[in-house]
Amino acid sequence: MSAEIYKEIILDYYRHPRNYGKLENYDISARDSNPLCGDEIEMRIKVSDGGKIGEIKFQGKGCAISQASASMLTEFAKEKPLDWVKDLSKEDVLKLLGNPDLGPARIKCALLGLKVIKTGVYQYLGAKLEDPSAGE
Amino acid sequence: METAFSSRFSVLLKSQVLELERIREDFPILKRKVKGKRLVYLDNAATTQKPRRVIDALVDYYERYNANAHRSLHTLGIEATEEFEKSRRGAAEFIHASPREIVFTRGTTESINLVRFAWGEDQIKKGDTILLTLMEHHSNIVPWQLAAKRSGAVLKFVELDSQGRLKMDEMEEAIERSPRLVGVTQCSNVLGTINDVARICRRAKKAGALSVVDAAQSVPHMPVSVGEVGCDFLAFSGHKMLGPTGIGVLYGRRELLEEMAPFQGGGEMIREVHLDGAKWNDVPYKFEAGTADIAGAIGLLAAIEYLSEIGMEKVRRHDLELQRYAIEALKGVRGLQLYGPERAEERSGVVSFNLADVHPHDLATILDGEGIEIRSGHHCAQPLMEWLGVSATSRASFHVYNSYDDIDALKAGLEKAKEVFGL
Ligand SMILES: Cc1ncc(COP(=O)(O)O)c(C=O)c1O
Repeated sequence: MSAEIYKEIILDYYRHPRNYGKLENYDISARDSNPLCGDEIEMRIKVSDGGKIGEIKFQGKGCAISQASASMLTEFAKEKPLDWVKDLSKEDVLKLLGNPDLGPARIKCALLGLKVIKTGVYQYLGAKLEDPSAGE
Repeated sequence: METAFSSRFSVLLKSQVLELERIREDFPILKRKVKGKRLVYLDNAATTQKPRRVIDALVDYYERYNANAHRSLHTLGIEATEEFEKSRRGAAEFIHASPREIVFTRGTTESINLVRFAWGEDQIKKGDTILLTLMEHHSNIVPWQLAAKRSGAVLKFVELDSQGRLKMDEMEEAIERSPRLVGVTQCSNVLGTINDVARICRRAKKAGALSVVDAAQSVPHMPVSVGEVGCDFLAFSGHKMLGPTGIGVLYGRRELLEEMAPFQGGGEMIREVHLDGAKWNDVPYKFEAGTADIAGAIGLLAAIEYLSEIGMEKVRRHDLELQRYAIEALKGVRGLQLYGPERAEERSGVVSFNLADVHPHDLATILDGEGIEIRSGHHCAQPLMEWLGVSATSRASFHVYNSYDDIDALKAGLEKAKEVFGL
């Protein structure tokens, strides 16, 4: 865990976050923060007719890892069925980030967006969420 | 790039206050490497490293005379009790108090909570004002929020000027309005600001307010005398002054301690227990329920002796020189914003900053890759972060073993972070 994790793509998403903003018309809304760092992510989703993620936007503040991963996740999730989110894993998120060697202190930053999207979708589907960062 | 800067300070480098080579030898951890690099430890406001003498004192207690203090009448028990009480005397002497005014706690946080419960439960009433400052650590905010919620008292926070110094006129005006309690930190753990606590406590006394001084960042860095401060209570932690974790001190003025109710109930704090009630032990034991951190107290004494041999005046001067050097060095990093008073004399060994749009957590990660350990985050001072208009800062903080080299390394690390972030 050092400078190598800051690949070009992470900095690009940090400085130019895709899907950044707040949906006014939405079906799902979830927000979480990382108490250690204070990183914050809020996501809103408009569910499309086929039970898919129609529109998705996020807002937040925090480090490059947390903000870039949330932004990448929103892009990745667009047009996917809600059920697909259930299967989304830690590995998927790390792959989006280019598999950086984050170490235990920073991995929580990378997974904050995942936790938020899962919380929102699970709540919407009325299912119970298993902590995606559990078992580390 | 570094040369012009270093040469300007080469005179200073030679006129070190402390014999750094020797001091660094005393700290075993400084020999380790981080990510293959020399360890540059700049997170001393969070906790300091321990000299060999402190580590040895802990081992010595456990190997030679481990026993419960104030309980057992055998040889080991007597030795443990003697050393434990010697530590109390050492802590008292260090801040010019009497041993009876030294309550051992887990640290600053527990010390302040002790005041909140043992004093505050009886004394803080509905409509009372609890006066704090915007630069307090959560440990001098949250206990009072809880007390206010329970009693119906109100909290008021004194504001800061643009350099992060207390607005003293505002403080004095607020004290004139007779708050029940004034809680103030002697040194900010974020801005480094040193507050004129003697003046504040004097005013508080005149206005009939109780004064609580958070000395977590001052006692480790400068001479502190409770007589000069003139406070009712003063709290600090062993682990921030080269001592072990798990031990801290609450100084309380004798008369106050005598009048106060106990904090926790249990063994050691009683004189007599019957089924229908109990009589409290004398101060300070009344506030020390249960088996204390005996090893911790003994380790704290070793730390106090170590610091006293160096001399707290010198510790302060060394801090000041590092502070000046660091401020100068960091000012030379383009895009870096420094927080806190401009004059080194007004601060203790803490420098907080932000580098352009690099988030402090990212900066800490990049610096860690260079073996440089700094703190990033809100530093348990979120109201202060809000006031600064940031969600986090990076913070480098010093102690006796830090050198100009460490600050040069920090500066080089910051330049590296700029490169990584394409700045
Ligand atoms: C100013 C200040 N007050 C209080 C504390 C709390 O100290 P502790 O965690 O040892 O109780 C700290 C340390 O984090 C501090 O810097």
